[in-house]
Amino acid sequence: MWERIKHIFLKESIQIRRDRRMLMIIFVAPLLQLVLLGYAATMDINRIPTAVLDFSKTQESRELISLFRNSGRFTINHIPESQKELVELLDQGKIWVGIEIENDFVKEMKKGKTVPIQILIDGTNSNTAGVVSGYINQLLFSYNKKISQDKLQKKLAQGLLSGQVQPVKILNLENQARAWYNPELKSRDYNLPGVLALILMITTMMLTSMAIVREKEIGTIEQLMVTPIKTTELILGKVIPFALIGFIDVVLVTSVAVLWFKIPFRGSFFLLFLSVGVYLLTTIGIGLFFSTLSRTQQQSMMLTFFFVMPAIILSGFMFPIANMPRLIQYLSFANPLRYFLVIVRGIFLKGSSFRVLWDQILPLGIIGVIVLILSTARFKKKIG
Amino acid sequence: MLEILNLLKQYGSLVAVDYLNLKIEKGEMAGLVGPDGAGKTTLMRILSAILPPTSGSARVAGYDIIRDAEKLKEKIGYMPQRFGLYEDLTVLENLNFFSELYQLSKKQKDEKYKEVFNFSQLEPFKDFLAGNLSGGMKQKLALSCVLLHTPEVLLLDEPTRGVDPLSRRDFWRILFEQQKRGITIFISTSYMDEAERCQKVAFLDKGRLIAYGTPKKLKEIMNEFLYEISCDKTREAKSVLEKVDGISGISIFGEKIHFTLREEKLLANIKNKLKDTGVEILNLRRIEPSLEDIFIFLKQDKIEIRNG
Repeated sequence: MWERIKHIFLKESIQIRRDRRMLMIIFVAPLLQLVLLGYAATMDINRIPTAVLDFSKTQESRELISLFRNSGRFTINHIPESQKELVELLDQGKIWVGIEIENDFVKEMKKGKTVPIQILIDGTNSNTAGVVSGYINQLLFSYNKKISQDKLQKKLAQGLLSGQVQPVKILNLENQARAWYNPELKSRDYNLPGVLALILMITTMMLTSMAIVREKEIGTIEQLMVTPIKTTELILGKVIPFALIGFIDVVLVTSVAVLWFKIPFRGSFFLLFLSVGVYLLTTIGIGLFFSTLSRTQQQSMMLTFFFVMPAIILSGFMFPIANMPRLIQYLSFANPLRYFLVIVRGIFLKGSSFRVLWDQILPLGIIGVIVLILSTARFKKKIG
Repeated sequence: MLEILNLLKQYGSLVAVDYLNLKIEKGEMAGLVGPDGAGKTTLMRILSAILPPTSGSARVAGYDIIRDAEKLKEKIGYMPQRFGLYEDLTVLENLNFFSELYQLSKKQKDEKYKEVFNFSQLEPFKDFLAGNLSGGMKQKLALSCVLLHTPEVLLLDEPTRGVDPLSRRDFWRILFEQQKRGITIFISTSYMDEAERCQKVAFLDKGRLIAYGTPKKLKEIMNEFLYEISCDKTREAKSVLEKVDGISGISIFGEKIHFTLREEKLLANIKNKLKDTGVEILNLRRIEPSLEDIFIFLKQDKIEIRNG
């Protein structure tokens, strides 16, 4: 049995080695994707084009504006004269944020009243709008805090000088949230391990389904079928090379992620390889299943595509699963990417151990075994 | 060696193989002849146990095609119509791959390679990619690969289709050598000259076996007189002949027309009729029927003959 598997494996390896374009897909494409996504797949927004319409023109208002400028997030590149001009800039897409500070800004503030400042955000892209509005709230919150502390201190100082007030301890409750595992909340750290999961899925699934369908297409499978080779030998010999390619891709992608993008790797390589092995059972199993459904390489490629797109969207790669409708949440339990994302992110960022991740690895393994059994059963040494 | 019993293969409403019965003895070379779409490939695939029949059964090399499919595969060599080897592997890599699938020992391998290189003359090309070989060489390589495990029965599906005449002759030389060693060969072809070389010929039309026997015996089926006529206006002559009573089969072979006649004395009548329409007869003679004539004759008359 192993002799035959070995020789199918060898045959497959020779064929892959001779196929230049195949080599590109296997080794260059993942790196390219990683680099592209590494630079592009970030939700941190910087250099937000901003316009300020300052009617107040006081020291206080300038202080507020410089707070925006110094945050590093906002680039104030327009100073419109009127509200109409501000709206125009927003319409034309020249700015994402417009800040309008009223004439009576300081007067109202001194009275201790709530001072509204108007902020307009371009909501065409709801994601960025949400992030931007979060930044603004943070800035205004710290500005408020600063002002009220200043006031309090002034009052206290006056009282102490006149001897009217006893010094009191100021009880200052402060909410200090600290993000663990990814203290700077860098979205790249969160996304790149996910990209590894995507690349692995697409590469191994597509390679597996196409390699088998290719033999159908060019007719070599007919010659294989009349040999006494067993179905399992044929399948194993054909998919083991792709599993190996998967592992090589893991090493490549992880190296670039850690050495170039400085993504932390806190877990164990052994656990990563173990879980990649389990994950590959599912991706290769599904690829194999698609190959039994298709007659041409185009068909198998389309099937892979139709699977991968929803698999990514329903995996928690971009949108949290907890926010999805209940039915879709149940559906996502069948999605191998869902588990593997938790596993790689855990291993990379948290250094999670097997004890923490076993409840993700186990369902992944169950899915893998099921699809492998299903597709092997469908794979017949028969024509048509 | 090969026995087919009431074999039926349907694709939906299409009948590809129609209750076929056939027997080929050990060491015989039998040809399967029929037009495209007659069911030749379907039959070959069923006999190689890679296509399940709708009903009926067959035994090849002593094994049932359904129950003992895997054991049967060790005893047969099957060459599909399409080149079934890997074009991106070299000649030697292809041979190695298939000898491993059949689990030949090192010694068996050496012996077999010597043998196949001897008859195929492919040794100087052993490091060429199979895809770069000529059509004739490809077929010789494919034949080599299916002979590696010393099969008892060879099933060849139009192996010489699209191959040049010289390579075809070469290929047949190899087949005769194999037959001398006692291998039973069932070969489908659309070349009648190839069919004439077989000991037995099976005519297949629309999935039905319309005749089976030695070429000589098949020619005796035709109890009519076959004439060949060449004239200046082939098409006009054909339409005249079609109206003559007593002519049962007319077919055009290039510039010549073949027709069969029930009685020899009708010939004078035909000559006159042709002259009346202004057709000049260049040559008119009685000929021995070829297998092709027989096949057309059988098809036209829809006579069912079970023989052999």
